[in-house]
Amino acid sequence: MIRFDNVTKIYDQKSRPALHSVSLEVNRSEFVFLVGASGSGKSTFLRLVLKEDTASRGAVHVAGRNVADIPGWRVPRLRRGIGVVFQDFRLLPNKTAFANVAFAMQVTGKSRTVIRETVPDVLRIVGLEGKGNRMPHELSGGEQQRVAIARAIVNKPAILLADEPTGNLDPTTSMGIMNILEHVNRNGTTVVMATHDNTIVNSLRKRVVELQHGRVVRDEAQGIYVGEIRAAAG
Amino acid sequence: MRIAFILSEVGSGLRRNLSMVISVVLVTFISLTFVGAAGLLQLQISQMKGYWYDRVQVAVFLCVDNSMSPTCAAGPVTAEQRASIRALLEGENLSRYVSAVEYESQDDALGHFQDQFANSPIVESVTADQLPESFRVSLVDAEKYGIIDEAFSSLPGVDVVSDQRELLEKVFSVMNRASLGALLVAGVMTLCAVLLIATTIRLSAFSRRRETGIMGLVGASKAVIQLPFVLEGVIAAVGGALLASGTLWLSSDFLITWLSRLYPETAFISAQQVLLLLPVLILLAALLAGVSSLLALRRYVKV
Ligand SMILES: Nc1ncnc2c1ncn2[C@@H]1O[C@H](COP(=O)(O)OP(=O)(O)OP(=O)(O)O)[C@@H](O)[C@H]1O
Ligand SMILES: [Mg+2]
Repeated sequence: MIRFDNVTKIYDQKSRPALHSVSLEVNRSEFVFLVGASGSGKSTFLRLVLKEDTASRGAVHVAGRNVADIPGWRVPRLRRGIGVVFQDFRLLPNKTAFANVAFAMQVTGKSRTVIRETVPDVLRIVGLEGKGNRMPHELSGGEQQRVAIARAIVNKPAILLADEPTGNLDPTTSMGIMNILEHVNRNGTTVVMATHDNTIVNSLRKRVVELQHGRVVRDEAQGIYVGEIRAAAG
Repeated sequence: MRIAFILSEVGSGLRRNLSMVISVVLVTFISLTFVGAAGLLQLQISQMKGYWYDRVQVAVFLCVDNSMSPTCAAGPVTAEQRASIRALLEGENLSRYVSAVEYESQDDALGHFQDQFANSPIVESVTADQLPESFRVSLVDAEKYGIIDEAFSSLPGVDVVSDQRELLEKVFSVMNRASLGALLVAGVMTLCAVLLIATTIRLSAFSRRRETGIMGLVGASKAVIQLPFVLEGVIAAVGGALLASGTLWLSSDFLITWLSRLYPETAFISAQQVLLLLPVLILLAALLAGVSSLLALRRYVKV
């Protein structure tokens, strides 16, 4: 589903590359944790998948296509196949939870009837039944993140990218979010989640890819993450 | 759905930048009023040119008793002189330039004079022998006045050759300068309008960068992201153009009625011609606003 071939990303010539010869393959329906210290290149990885940035060297393949070959006007189509969730939720503050989710369908031209049918379903999946009329500031952090996940999955993307989705949430709420992501993954969506949170990584026992200074230093099928501890020791 | 969505985005954008939108409306209003005024003046000039150039004649005035020019030293024009002048005017050599020759006798001249100044006491004191007889020459090309002047002004029996066009040229040059002035103001104001539209759209895009960022992430196309902003600019500018159209329509209607009462002889542009100019103004506004917003967005709304 996602394949990186010797991908190097250099933001500016003076500092070291954000990604350095990264080769990695993520299969369809896989769940992958992308771990590593701050600045190790996790967000950069996700940005390259979305073609928010282009690789300096190497090739990024998404759903079988080299993203470098996708012309600018086709990038929106690429992104419709990818859902994204961020640490800071990125909801529109002046729109209700329902409208925030509906927004993702509106911009892609879905009809009003389809939107009215789909959005409540998706809100139910993320556990926000009956809260569609709330404004983001009337929701807790965990609930806001659920809205963001609902928005990310409402167009039934093949890939879900999550950049520290639990970064702002307490452990219990985080586990709730993880349950939703696992649910989404079980329905066939490939999930790549960048995180610092070793409790989550260690309790889910999924594939773990660890980045360090832009290089892949570990790739284990049912891995754990002890990054913060090792960093403290070393 | 997408259209409804885009329109609701446009509506929220217009509401959010209301004061900027109003300033765009006003600036386009003023600038297009000047553009329109310059256009109408040009129309009026070409209308008058068309009307008058067909009618202006070169008058070859013949000597009367009290003529002062040296060609009249021998006294009033004689019958032979008149005949030879007529022969020359109607002859082979000038037939390329002359389309018609009319003879105006002293009695005809008095008749015209009396018509023209019908209500003036001056009519009483003028007699036919004080007015010169003349040949009224219509030219194929009104610009070729010089040929007649050269050929006749030194002939014995000819007093002066006068070109009515000269007077018209003076009027036209004044009008031309006025329309040029209007055009100059229009140019400066249009530049202001374009810059203001670009700034407004940029500000609007900046204040909504969160939305546009999210739109980009969920896969909205560039057109869907940019269209609301472009429409905002176009709507504001067209609003200004409508105001300008209304102003031009009302004031030209008033001016034309007023002026044609003062100068019933003059051909003024018609209401239809004014009406035809207005859609051009509106189209111009839409085009300017569309292009300047697109250019403004190119750097600010990245997909
Ligand atoms: N837009 C940018 N311009 C220049 N340098 C950048 C840019 N984005 C990231 N970097 C640099 O690239 C490196 C990797 O950044 P990245 O955001 O991928 O790290 P990360 O693993 O996501 O870190 P964190 O866990 O703190 O989010 C960092 O050194 C960062 O300073
Ligand atoms: Mg990051």
